[in-house]
Amino acid sequence: MNTRRADRLCFWLFAGPAMAGFAAFSLWPMLYSLWLGFCQYEVIAPPRFIGLQNYIYLFLHDPSFWASVRVTLVFTVVQVPLALLAALGFALLLHQPVKARSFWRAVYFLPSILPQAAYAVIFGYIFQGDGGLLNQLLALFGIEGLAWTMSATWALPVLIMMSLWAFGYPMVIFLAGLQAVPRELFEAAHIDGAGAWARFRHITLPLISPVIFFNLVMGVIGALKVFDLAYAFSITQNIPPGGPARATLFYGLNLYQQAFGFFHMGLASAMAWLLFIFIMVVTAINFRISRRWVHYEN
Amino acid sequence: MHRRPPAATLCLYLLLAGGALVMLLPLGWMVLTSLKTYPEILRHPPAWLPADPQWENYRTVWDGFAYYRFFLNSCFVSVMVIAGTLLTCCPAAYAFAYCEVRHKEFWFALLLSTLMLPAQVTVIPLFKAFAALGWVDTYLPLIVPAWLGGNVFGIFLLRQFFRTIPKSFIEAARMDGASEWTILWRLIVPMSLPAVLTVVVFTFLWSWNDLFNPLIYLQSEELVTLPVGLLYFIARAEQLTGGSIGQHPWHLVMTLATVMVLPVIALFVFVQRRFIEGVAAGGVKG
Repeated sequence: MNTRRADRLCFWLFAGPAMAGFAAFSLWPMLYSLWLGFCQYEVIAPPRFIGLQNYIYLFLHDPSFWASVRVTLVFTVVQVPLALLAALGFALLLHQPVKARSFWRAVYFLPSILPQAAYAVIFGYIFQGDGGLLNQLLALFGIEGLAWTMSATWALPVLIMMSLWAFGYPMVIFLAGLQAVPRELFEAAHIDGAGAWARFRHITLPLISPVIFFNLVMGVIGALKVFDLAYAFSITQNIPPGGPARATLFYGLNLYQQAFGFFHMGLASAMAWLLFIFIMVVTAINFRISRRWVHYEN
Repeated sequence: MHRRPPAATLCLYLLLAGGALVMLLPLGWMVLTSLKTYPEILRHPPAWLPADPQWENYRTVWDGFAYYRFFLNSCFVSVMVIAGTLLTCCPAAYAFAYCEVRHKEFWFALLLSTLMLPAQVTVIPLFKAFAALGWVDTYLPLIVPAWLGGNVFGIFLLRQFFRTIPKSFIEAARMDGASEWTILWRLIVPMSLPAVLTVVVFTFLWSWNDLFNPLIYLQSEELVTLPVGLLYFIARAEQLTGGSIGQHPWHLVMTLATVMVLPVIALFVFVQRRFIEGVAAGGVKG
């Protein structure tokens, strides 16, 4: 039989392009950027090895690095739980027997698939101090608004707000998780006299904990990589990327600025690797902690 | 089943409708603004509704600011990326689902691990390489990775679906002398249309919505795609329209945004059910 040879041939013919793409567009650039992180590379001259200096500069001397770390962490810690709560809340509503469920589901999902750049522009206008919809609405109640997008205090909360429209992916996954919970459990609990909260707390939550975990991991990774939203926001507001006063200088935006604004490509490579390592560590920690609260059947 | 009291039902629908209103409010405001005149934007406070809907705004941006160019650029890039994704991800998924080779699982895990890799890690070496090849300011950096199986998530999704097809189908086709290539495109792909559709929609969204890559690789104004084109327009709006400093011509900006968002909404209306179910299945299995 030569099926094994045929299989091998088929495998490499069919998966070959993808494996070549993996080598060319993931593996090689990943290793090369690790190397660049230890180099001074400003595009005009070839990379020059400088050891740990990029990392030392980032940690000790770069004023923008810690500012961008702070912005990104605040965003992650506030936005992810709020988005997951919204997603779970609406998933629970949609899990009720409602008419036209797929219509409602589509409406709640829609903002998640629209370009983030468009959202940054639309919300930039809504939150504008001068002529923005929000201040116009507040004026109806006699409240005087302010220039939200120009305020170092409010700009980040504004970005968190606008990103809260996009909870469609976790919502749909929660909904699928809820639908997988066997109905008999609820019937039994109901007969035993368990109230709605008790049923939610002791049946639903443990059974959907794997889905909560999945959404949490994906949400955190996504929050750490924010770029489009923050960049488009700055352009819309006529402020330097990350402004006002670095209040919206997300890590991804800071990295882009270092690499393609100032051409500090070695430094930016070091930043990229710090982000990569941080994402891996956070994900590993998530997995470790998950053993305590995620309930897997069998 | 237990009947729900009418008050609870009312409450449920009120919540759903209120939430839906909030979700759609930004889009509604975008469309309303796109139909206003400039004086209506500048008024204090601005007009709630356009007195006389200005459909010409669409012609103004389309022809006047050559926005059709950005639109066509976006279409071209998306079509090329989708074509490349289908042409390389389907065979790769087939190989990982059906070909028996050693270390297959290892290769697959390696491929999947790139899903964890942030774009920021690869972008600088890739930029350097593309610049050396003279590809910067062409569409090649946006398109070529898709033609080499760049959509790893697509490979994953398709493989999951392919594996649910009984092997006996394939063995029967092999007995009939069909080549693997024929089996893939004539048998497996037609049987997996929901998964293929989900991959197509995902690929379209990534390509159409992407700001990061076009921003880095495209420099000439006549080449840029819609998200970059929108930001170009905003950054230079005062010059282009002769408006006052500090107050964008928001009516035209929102017209541009509508042109960018509308194709996504139109597509979504047609495929939403299948697509959302594809997302849910991918998430729960993955």
